[in-house]
Amino acid sequence: MAEPWDNRHPTRALSGGPATRGPAQRVTTPIVPSGSIAGRSLAAVVAIMTFLAALTTGAATMVVSAASDWQSDVGREVTIQVRPVAGRDIDADVRAAVATAQAGAGIADVRAYTKAESEALVEPWLGSGLALGELPIPRMIVVKTVAGATPDFAALRKALAAKVPSASLDDHRGWIDRMRTMAETAVVAGIAILVLVIAVTVLSVTFATRGAMATNRPIVEVLHYVGATDGFVASQFQRHFLILGFKGGAIGGGGALALFGILGAASAWFDRTPGGEAASALFGSSTVGASGYLAILGQIVLMAAVTALTSRRIVDETLKEID
Amino acid sequence: MIRFENVGLRYGLGPEVLRDLSFRIDSHSFQFLTGPSGAGKTSLLRMLFLSLKPTRGLVSMFNHDAATLSKDGRATLRRRIGIVFQDFRLLDHLTTYENVALPLRVLGKDEDDYRAEVVELLHWVGLGERINALPPVLSGGEKQRAAIARAVIARPQLLLADEPTGNVDPSLGQRLLRLFVELNKSGTSVVIATHDIALMDEYDARRLVLHDGRLHVYD
Repeated sequence: MAEPWDNRHPTRALSGGPATRGPAQRVTTPIVPSGSIAGRSLAAVVAIMTFLAALTTGAATMVVSAASDWQSDVGREVTIQVRPVAGRDIDADVRAAVATAQAGAGIADVRAYTKAESEALVEPWLGSGLALGELPIPRMIVVKTVAGATPDFAALRKALAAKVPSASLDDHRGWIDRMRTMAETAVVAGIAILVLVIAVTVLSVTFATRGAMATNRPIVEVLHYVGATDGFVASQFQRHFLILGFKGGAIGGGGALALFGILGAASAWFDRTPGGEAASALFGSSTVGASGYLAILGQIVLMAAVTALTSRRIVDETLKEID
Repeated sequence: MIRFENVGLRYGLGPEVLRDLSFRIDSHSFQFLTGPSGAGKTSLLRMLFLSLKPTRGLVSMFNHDAATLSKDGRATLRRRIGIVFQDFRLLDHLTTYENVALPLRVLGKDEDDYRAEVVELLHWVGLGERINALPPVLSGGEKQRAAIARAVIARPQLLLADEPTGNVDPSLGQRLLRLFVELNKSGTSVVIATHDIALMDEYDARRLVLHDGRLHVYD
């Protein structure tokens, strides 16, 4: 029986020969089939983890931004309280305190509340219609500092104590310290959650990669038989996991970006209402800002990189076992 | 080209299954590796293919001491060896063309450079009409020829075939033997592991006979 190889020499076939080009489709199939990797579930895990990480980052960014705004506002204003003391003229004490404050370096403006204004300040707590003039209500002096300046409040406090013994200076340091602690706590909590999210992602990718390697072991063996190095084999798997990581990261991070975008738009609308202004002043802005959006975009890349690097490590470890 | 000196092999703490193997495989040579079932033919083939390390002795492959090769070094040497498995080991999700082209793809060659060569080789082994077929729809003989084509596409210096006629009828077995002879004529050294005496009688070639763990060479 005549064979196809009877009348031709293999060297001719292997040298390209008289190109008898058949209708072969070009190589398009990945060596490691995508279906053999738990792609959808892994992409879903990465998407959820990226979404959670992005929410955490966004929330931490908002807290830090709000705290920074508060600190900035509060830090630029200090108050001097002049208490009424028997035998002293409170109006003269107020004038002396104002003069002392104005003499300090880095002070932009000093304004003493009038007696009526000081009484109005306590009215919400004591109610109206009372004869407040008979009560020893302290007088407030608001001192605004020059932006960026760091006035010497210790010296001011000392000068006030010398000239107006009944005056006390409150630079809101306690509030600012508490605010800073709260913002730092939010950042630390955010980082801790991010670390946990990355740990869960690493574990998920580890299990998925081990499963994929076990499923594709026959393919790995054939690749070794045809002379593939471990690097080549690993790259075939890594490509899949990098794509999966990007896909999952983009879905999760994209969802978070959309959510913050909607929240920002809603916040902008709400800020224009009377209640919104008050809420904004109290809670700060509800937008994550450019740095927040950049951080979320960075997380998409981070999650894809974590997925690819983890899978590469597991593939390398598994390949060492397959000898 | 290949040299074994006093090679022994044992699995774990068991007895030596192969003992004091000393032989050479020269360039352009053709040999049958035979012996009863369980004699160690596949183990010897695996040593020849660098997928099994001997427990003692020297194995020299293409002037390299196999014992000192790194994993990547073994991979590089394997590119000079083609192997045909009894169970073909074709990848079911790749077409016949893609399976045969796999060693070239692994070498990082551009498809435009090897496409005509692969197609021509597939025509040469009689699979010109099955280029885009997936292995599950190929017959046993077609799979065998695809596996052979994959083994020779990168022009190996040594071709190893493990029971290449074990899954086919005698007629196809003879036809495949003629294919191996043609490949040998083109310059490839061939080692065919078989216990099919009728097949060996078809072609006068050197015989390496494994018996009781020892190798007897009949030139």
